[in-house]
Amino acid sequence: MPVEIPKDKWPGSVRTVTIGALPKDGGTRKCTVTVGGETTMPFLHYEGEIPNRPVVAIEIMDRQPDDWSPLLAEAWKDVMDDPAKWAVAAEQAGADLLVLELSLNNRNGEPTTPDEAVSAVKSVLAASGLPLIVFGPGQAEADNALLVPISEATKGERIVLGICEDKNYRTIVATAMANDHLVSARTAMDVNLAKQLNILISDMGLPLDRILMDPTTGALGYGIEYGFSVMERLRLAALQGDKMTQLPMIVTPGYEAWKIKESKVGEGVPETWGDWLNRAINWETLTAITLLESGADVLVLRHPESVKRVKRAIDELMSAKELV
Amino acid sequence: MALSGIQIYKLLPQTNCKECGFPTCLAFAMKLAAKQVELSSCPYVSEASKAQLEESAAPPIRLITLKSNGYEVKVGNEVVLYRHEKTFYNKSGLFVKLHTSQIENALIEETRRINQYQVNYVGMDLEVDGIAVEDDTHDPAKMKAAVTAIRSVSKKPLILISSAVDVLEAGLSQLSGETPLVCCANSTNWEKFAELAGKYKAILAIESDKIDEFVELTEKIKSKGIEDLVLIPNGKNLGHNLILQTQIRRAAIKANLRALGYPTLAFCSSPVEAAQAITKYAGFVVLDEFAAELIYSLLVLRQNIYTDPQKPIQVQPGLYEINNPKENDPVLVTTNFSITYFSVANEVEGSGLPAWLLVADAEGMSVLTAWAAGKFDADRIAKAVKSTNVTDKLSKHLLILPGSVAVLSGEVEAELPDWEIRVGPREAVDIPKFYKLALQVN
Ligand code: SF4
Repeated sequence: MPVEIPKDKWPGSVRTVTIGALPKDGGTRKCTVTVGGETTMPFLHYEGEIPNRPVVAIEIMDRQPDDWSPLLAEAWKDVMDDPAKWAVAAEQAGADLLVLELSLNNRNGEPTTPDEAVSAVKSVLAASGLPLIVFGPGQAEADNALLVPISEATKGERIVLGICEDKNYRTIVATAMANDHLVSARTAMDVNLAKQLNILISDMGLPLDRILMDPTTGALGYGIEYGFSVMERLRLAALQGDKMTQLPMIVTPGYEAWKIKESKVGEGVPETWGDWLNRAINWETLTAITLLESGADVLVLRHPESVKRVKRAIDELMSAKELV
Repeated sequence: MALSGIQIYKLLPQTNCKECGFPTCLAFAMKLAAKQVELSSCPYVSEASKAQLEESAAPPIRLITLKSNGYEVKVGNEVVLYRHEKTFYNKSGLFVKLHTSQIENALIEETRRINQYQVNYVGMDLEVDGIAVEDDTHDPAKMKAAVTAIRSVSKKPLILISSAVDVLEAGLSQLSGETPLVCCANSTNWEKFAELAGKYKAILAIESDKIDEFVELTEKIKSKGIEDLVLIPNGKNLGHNLILQTQIRRAAIKANLRALGYPTLAFCSSPVEAAQAITKYAGFVVLDEFAAELIYSLLVLRQNIYTDPQKPIQVQPGLYEINNPKENDPVLVTTNFSITYFSVANEVEGSGLPAWLLVADAEGMSVLTAWAAGKFDADRIAKAVKSTNVTDKLSKHLLILPGSVAVLSGEVEAELPDWEIRVGPREAVDIPKFYKLALQVN
């Protein structure tokens, strides 16, 4: 006798968001990336639709980073001091799209100028046809100063501009609206804060299909359970029909996992931590997988091997559709 | 799933004889539903009703306990699909697989490594729960020898894996007094496996990739008197496993389907599979190999996922001494979120340099989260300084703020005019470098 497995029927669904614009739509990208559209919790193909697969972005910087783990420097070698070369290498490593992060200070230790930032973005756009996300240095004022000229210089490309927080969302949203871009709305691991910022942004008139939300998360061992549960709650709320949570989610497991000791440090750590390189890649991969299973649509990673593993996992999670 | 008062009433004699101390059977049923009385107070309940009522009071996922001399691994008893709805209770048992074909010395050596492995994470010592032995020689003598070899160096609970009953029996015969787990029963061998599990009081695991087959098998095996069961959803890939695990968990919890109300076991051949097994419902996780870096990351993930979301893990706010600080050593401020505290404390300790660690009460949140929520501001930091009387204890008053709340330094200065305020690094991992460069030059 066949068993009746309880299924959840949800009234709501996640919005579909497209990043990047093709030449026919006013951009220069050779492809676009579409995420969202889910009508069920992650990868439960037997009870709903997951029309778009989650994607992997590789994070590159506008110049050689000062504080990245030596393991990452080993993986990327000499492309790290040239964002254009790095973009090409990231594309070859399997990135679905790119995240370009701008440094607070340039090579000479002076604040990065708008001109430097714009030329870094342009060189990446010229070198790779992948859709692009640009993150400012993460300080509201610097973000505003750099992202506005970038937005203007790349009008029509449907770039995702970040970081858009409660402190600076007005400026970022206004320039995204004026120049046909998207924004990534970041809040600190809290369902209500995330909702609130989405409301503020959409109140300014930016259509909801041009917003990704970044609920932030901790790395494995450093608070990942908070991010995990906030994301599950946001996704459940979206499926229940709460409009202001129905946005695809972007998370940065690469950044989170590579800033902590387990990945950054190879010497003077307990022997029980095991091999450094494997540990670091595990840390990034496991952080990413855990967030993938709680609803992430865009995963921003750093190490090529983690990219490979996470993409393989996404393949398997998506292909299970044929098995049920 | 608990029955309602009305549902319980239908199972009672409905004679209103009052012997239970209540005026009517319905009143008694209501009290029973609220768990305020015991069913035994009614002398007239039929055996059939009693069985039904007891069954309904049982947890939706059976609690299974693997036992050996001195160890226990409990799994099951879960009540939710998402941890924020309540919590996940019994951490997945983490096992490492060995093989009967391995030579004795290798078996002993690996068992020793697994057995000794212990890693500290935020003040807790975490370890592997047990060992699985897989028969790849089809030789009972080898299984017996493997179990004997393992037991010569480890007492942790065992899982025995074989398709042959005589091989399993050879292993079980060496484990008297223990409750090991044997697998894998399936639709062709289940009868013999059930007999074996009954004879040795072992827990029996059933393998399948079809939900219907699980239901059929658990019912058949249960009818033979074997109730301690574990399900092994053996899907075709990662995604298929996620769906099978979710369907089992959901049927047990949402539909109270007893036939699927058992913990699951996942055989994992990659870190990704093991991570998914931990977050998505596996009661036992059996790894193909032992690698310290993998075990560490999985033990941490398990710890994180099984943390009670209603109770953030906190440490006591107050003043902590690290490496015997003196009156002229600096004071580092942080919050009482335990992960934050341990990250900072471990770094300072590892640097070998003395410091006072001032832990402010930020309601168990990390620095950035607490700051965003208004639970870690100049006011709270000043309060922490005052409540610990640290000013009187020290001759030099140097306070180091976490780099991520550099914006607070002005306000803290205003609150604590006797103190010099400095901004430290954003991440704990950078504390030793900061300490050596910025503080030692003074
Ligand atoms: S003792 Fe039993 S039969 Fe009598 S009133 Fe109470 S519940 Fe009803």
